[in-house]
Amino acid sequence: MRIKALVIRILRQIVRDKRTMGLLIFAPILVLTMLHLVFNGDDYIPQVGMVNIPESILEKMDLDDAEITMYKDERQANEDLSIQEIDGYLIFDNQTPSVFLEGSDPSVNGATLKWIQTSLKSLQTGVNSLQLDVNYLHGSSEMGQFDYFGPVLLGFFVFFFVFLIAGVSFLRERTTGTLERLLSSPLRKWEIVIGYVLGFGIFTMIQAAIIALYAIFVLGMLMEGLFLYVLLITLLLSLTALTLGILLSAFANNELQMIQFIPIVVVPQIFFSGLFNLATISEWLSWIGPFTPLYYAADALRDVMVRGYGWEEIYLDVCAMAGFSLLFIALNILALRKYRKV
Amino acid sequence: MNKTEALVSVNHVSKSFGKQQVLKDIHLEIKPGEIFGLLGPSGAGKTTLVKQLVGLDLPTSGENYLFQEKMPSLKLIERVGYMAQSDALYGELSARENLQFFASLYGLNGKKQGERIEQVMQIVNLSNHLNKLVSNYSGGMKRRLSLAIALLHEPQLLILDEPTVGIDPVLRKSIWAAFYELKKKGVTIIVTTHVMDEAEKCDRLGLIRDGSLIAVGTPEDLKASTNAATIEDAFLVYGGA
Repeated sequence: MRIKALVIRILRQIVRDKRTMGLLIFAPILVLTMLHLVFNGDDYIPQVGMVNIPESILEKMDLDDAEITMYKDERQANEDLSIQEIDGYLIFDNQTPSVFLEGSDPSVNGATLKWIQTSLKSLQTGVNSLQLDVNYLHGSSEMGQFDYFGPVLLGFFVFFFVFLIAGVSFLRERTTGTLERLLSSPLRKWEIVIGYVLGFGIFTMIQAAIIALYAIFVLGMLMEGLFLYVLLITLLLSLTALTLGILLSAFANNELQMIQFIPIVVVPQIFFSGLFNLATISEWLSWIGPFTPLYYAADALRDVMVRGYGWEEIYLDVCAMAGFSLLFIALNILALRKYRKV
Repeated sequence: MNKTEALVSVNHVSKSFGKQQVLKDIHLEIKPGEIFGLLGPSGAGKTTLVKQLVGLDLPTSGENYLFQEKMPSLKLIERVGYMAQSDALYGELSARENLQFFASLYGLNGKKQGERIEQVMQIVNLSNHLNKLVSNYSGGMKRRLSLAIALLHEPQLLILDEPTVGIDPVLRKSIWAAFYELKKKGVTIIVTTHVMDEAEKCDRLGLIRDGSLIAVGTPEDLKASTNAATIEDAFLVYGGA
């Protein structure tokens, strides 16, 4: 009954604060939409220069999907390269082709190089056996970067916003004296923590559902597995964010200090969440991954959304997140002893 | 005084925060059904003492007993109504929602809850503002709402930390009338204040200065034994001025 009262109060507070509610739901939607537009935009069209290419070769090359500029000599091409008029140029020295790239943007380099390679391929006449038949275990040739990043970003935004808002609202209980007032009532310490978990849990459930539905059905994010699993994973992730936020609010004296936890606690988790290839992270840092909740959430979300896996593959991640939540809940109850010993 | 008959007894309590000693060997007994005033300037240690009585803090040495049982105890907390110095209210919620929330914490629900909300809001004269958001309340109104919340569950002991700050004299009078009504019903009230004229309204007073209890007695006794005309003068004499 006391917990129910606390849950109702928290939900009422969230609903009254329209702006915060808007932030929790529309900010992730906005950012995901922008990322979708950025990552899934049209393919980049490389601007390629051709220096002194013999007519005979040029005729055989497939020159579609690029902007071609012809040069008489290398000097002119180099000048255009330095002012980024072209991304790279192709030059034939004694029948051997060589490529010069502008080189400052890796993704442009890749696109240019790829185009030059494909266009040169048509030179090798009659070698049809080179045409590879490509099959995909997961995803498809249509799968964009957004589909791969999407699940991680979905998890990250849920974590980020729940952490911040739960932390700040509990901090407010501390600074306005309402926490002390609660502890001068018969409310038990664990009831406070559980009340917060349930109150915010119900809200984040709705939040996660809206964001995930939007990402999948409006933005067309890849969704191979069961939607229910996505909800379960985001719910557990938001519980860890919530309990961690409440816990860290004990170490902040005001809202600004709460925000200072973002670069220390929230942002570093991105690096270990699989947004960047975990295999390439330097060894003396890679051990941190398993200590961050987002690591498990991202793995599980990707398993469900990209690979279409089910409970068998995600239950370990789910257990890990549940473990984090329980640990933080226990620490929270301990931290409240500062206010009341019984 | 016989210890068993005291409702609140503070037994040689001292409290230090680090090197700073905030309470120095306070020894005090409060009888059932009296209005006891803790009078002292801000920083004297009134709030620290009061927080120990509601179980939010522990003494460094000594013990506090409420209803002859040692604090802190969850069982005792339900019998105490506490009004903190800062208004612990939820600004996003209406007064009624604040009252409903705190009533539920004390197990007051349903019809009884509605009745009590009407009653306490009548006492503090806020019945017309029940559905207003607390963030739109004035400072004095918030103070009165805090008081109403402390009264909600009909506690046998009321501990009020500066209850009448920012409340106009007319309302202050009616609030004190409400205190006397409660006293008639057998409620014991502990009030902290730094307003000297308010102190005159208490049955007995404890004067606190720099963490020490410098005198205890009825306002008349305190004035008579120091040959002072007002409590303020009496305070000066006890304070060593």
